Amino acid sequence: MSSHYEAPIREPLVLGEKSYHDISVDVGAPVLGKANKSWWIVFTIALVAFLWGLGCIIYTVSTGIGVWGLNKTIGWAWDITNFVWWVGIGHAGTLISAVLLLFRQKWRMAVNRSAEAMTIFAVVQAGLFPIIHMGRPWLAYWVLPIPNQFGSLWVNFNSPLLWDVFAISTYLSVSLVFWWTGLLPDFAMIRDRTTSPFQKKIYGILSFGWSGRVKDWQRFEEVSLVLAGLATPLVLSVHTIVSFDFATSVVPGWHSTIYPPYFVAGAIFSGFAMVQTLLIIMRKVSNLEAYITILHIEYMNKVILLTGGIVTTAYIIEYFIAWYSGVPYENYAYLSFGAATGPYWWAFWALIICNLIVPLSLWVKKLRRNIVWTFIVALIINIGMWFERFDIIVIDLSKDRLTSTWAMFQPTFVDIGTFIGTIGFFFVLFLLYARTFPVIAQAEVKTILKSSGESFKKLRAVHGDDHSHVQNVEPYPADAGPSANVEDKNFDSSFNELDEETENNEVDYEAHKDKIDNLLSGIGTFDPATQTQDDLKKISGVGPVMEQKLHQLGIFTFEQVSRMTDREYDLLDEIISDFPGRAKRDDWAGQALILKNKN
Amino acid sequence: MASKKIHAIYTDDDLLLQAVKQTRSANYHISEVFTPFPVHGLDHAVGLAPTRLAITSFLYGLTGLSVAVLLMNYIMIEDWPQNIGGKPSFTFYQNMPAFIPIMFELTVFFAAHLMVITFYMRSKLWPFKKAENPDLRTTDDHFLMEVDAENHDVEKLTKFLYDTGASEISLIENEQDH
Repeated sequence: MSSHYEAPIREPLVLGEKSYHDISVDVGAPVLGKANKSWWIVFTIALVAFLWGLGCIIYTVSTGIGVWGLNKTIGWAWDITNFVWWVGIGHAGTLISAVLLLFRQKWRMAVNRSAEAMTIFAVVQAGLFPIIHMGRPWLAYWVLPIPNQFGSLWVNFNSPLLWDVFAISTYLSVSLVFWWTGLLPDFAMIRDRTTSPFQKKIYGILSFGWSGRVKDWQRFEEVSLVLAGLATPLVLSVHTIVSFDFATSVVPGWHSTIYPPYFVAGAIFSGFAMVQTLLIIMRKVSNLEAYITILHIEYMNKVILLTGGIVTTAYIIEYFIAWYSGVPYENYAYLSFGAATGPYWWAFWALIICNLIVPLSLWVKKLRRNIVWTFIVALIINIGMWFERFDIIVIDLSKDRLTSTWAMFQPTFVDIGTFIGTIGFFFVLFLLYARTFPVIAQAEVKTILKSSGESFKKLRAVHGDDHSHVQNVEPYPADAGPSANVEDKNFDSSFNELDEETENNEVDYEAHKDKIDNLLSGIGTFDPATQTQDDLKKISGVGPVMEQKLHQLGIFTFEQVSRMTDREYDLLDEIISDFPGRAKRDDWAGQALILKNKN
Repeated sequence: MASKKIHAIYTDDDLLLQAVKQTRSANYHISEVFTPFPVHGLDHAVGLAPTRLAITSFLYGLTGLSVAVLLMNYIMIEDWPQNIGGKPSFTFYQNMPAFIPIMFELTVFFAAHLMVITFYMRSKLWPFKKAENPDLRTTDDHFLMEVDAENHDVEKLTKFLYDTGASEISLIENEQDH
């Protein structure tokens, strides 16, 4: 038997008494259930924002880029700011799923699915901006090196902007297949659990006919590992190349050799902030607190601390070099005395406060594990990282080498509308995802349940590390049994099986007479004349067979069950030896008490 | 011809792994195992050869790298060399530093996508493919082991599987087309 040992000092990653089936139920619930009112409210707001943005994009394309607030000095502003911001956000997903997979970090399993979804949706938003900025988006295919009617007119492979095209499209497509391959077993789980024929059809198509053969799993794990190995340098390359857009130029404040590592760290920093923002809400709305725990939030906060520290160091170096170079132009670079006191002082200080000062609070363990504070910090970092890109682009451009051309940037309603539109679009996609996709990689979480699940850790703490982890699964259909249990031609229906059992389900009354009397004296007898019998199957752990046995003993009401103590549990186990310890473990008395009070 | 198989369902991964080992050491042939999640060490216990997908990925990566080199050599050096930003364009070697990002991206692009396509083809996964897990619960929390019952005493095999901890055992007789 393989060992599931994990150092007891590690906090559990799955809280509560979860079985494999519970994980399927919890992950499937948001997909199989109905959307609540708050989902519709948020979705409507996001949709309106998206439609407004769409209007602004149509207006831009039909009128021209002149509708933006750009001027001769600042020829690049919100468009590229938003582009870099969204690409940066799109870095956390692959980092979680790829880098953390290589480092064998188990906690990634609860968050990787949503982080990857967020990555893909964010990169989609990012990709919109260069395409809109082309002015004639229907000619977007000109960025590809394809033979054309203009003779030997090729794209310029020396240009970082073209490297961007290759980096972003590779990143988007590889992230997508990585995400989808991981989704196959989870789609299959939904496919097999749903009762609706429509959902069965859709998830059947989405799951690509995943059957879970042992060979498939072997390949699946190998593919995940190799994709992680490929995606790790890929994710680092993407923002490196984005930083080349600036670093290969000669503009003061842009031509910085530390940009590649610093941009990558900044991207992870902002990406994790966005993951926190989304997951803190999602774990609440979708009832996934047992899987996305405080510990997960703390781990992500530690990544934020690390990358935030790298970013801080980079800021200080930039500031120092701007001064140390002695070049007057550099004094107006985005991190310099000139920027701190110039007309864009507010943008400078927004950057410093949001990205340097506020995240420092996460060094305090109490705050790092505080969900509300984490959410606030994450929002602040999102804003701060937007300002970082705005500062790099607009502040650096605003004061160029000729004082007569110095200018400020004034966004128009189209600039703002397009940006808000992409936020709306992002949330539209994410909200649809949260309702239709298994938001936790349930197959992967099941693999760590025995090593990192709370109940198994407790089991080991009590019975020692060698204790058997074999779980007795209650035969379907349990009361809240899965819809997956439909008759199959290869198998006898479990219903029939149970019926048979119920028929020959006699308790040996004579042999246990004393014990039964003893048991009933503890919990009281049932008088059919004055009392009505309750549906004991409502108690989790009591199936039709068990109910029948209890009836034979003379137990018919919740009131009787609720009076059970350890003594009665033991007696019950002696009389009915099928599920020793079951009644106590499931706390029948406690459940019955609640049910009794409900009646 | 008809083939006789026995489907044994287990409710726990440790139990399954133990059963697989016992079944193999009793010289029964396990034709397939369906599990809801990757059970660590199961492929080894069943006796599967290691997958060669990683090797294909490496080869695809080399292909991608070659494509990138040929593409840029043709476009930037042979077909229409230009002086762009003073980057030398006389030979591929001299211009290569500017091509490294594309060479890297195309390597990854080919290695990742072609490997995943190979995986989908080999495991027969594509849209509109019908799922073949014999029991719907095997994507939830049940584990199914399929054992060849041909040339074996079914009663004895059933008893054996029951002793390995199987919670449901059923005999499947399939009319095979081929």
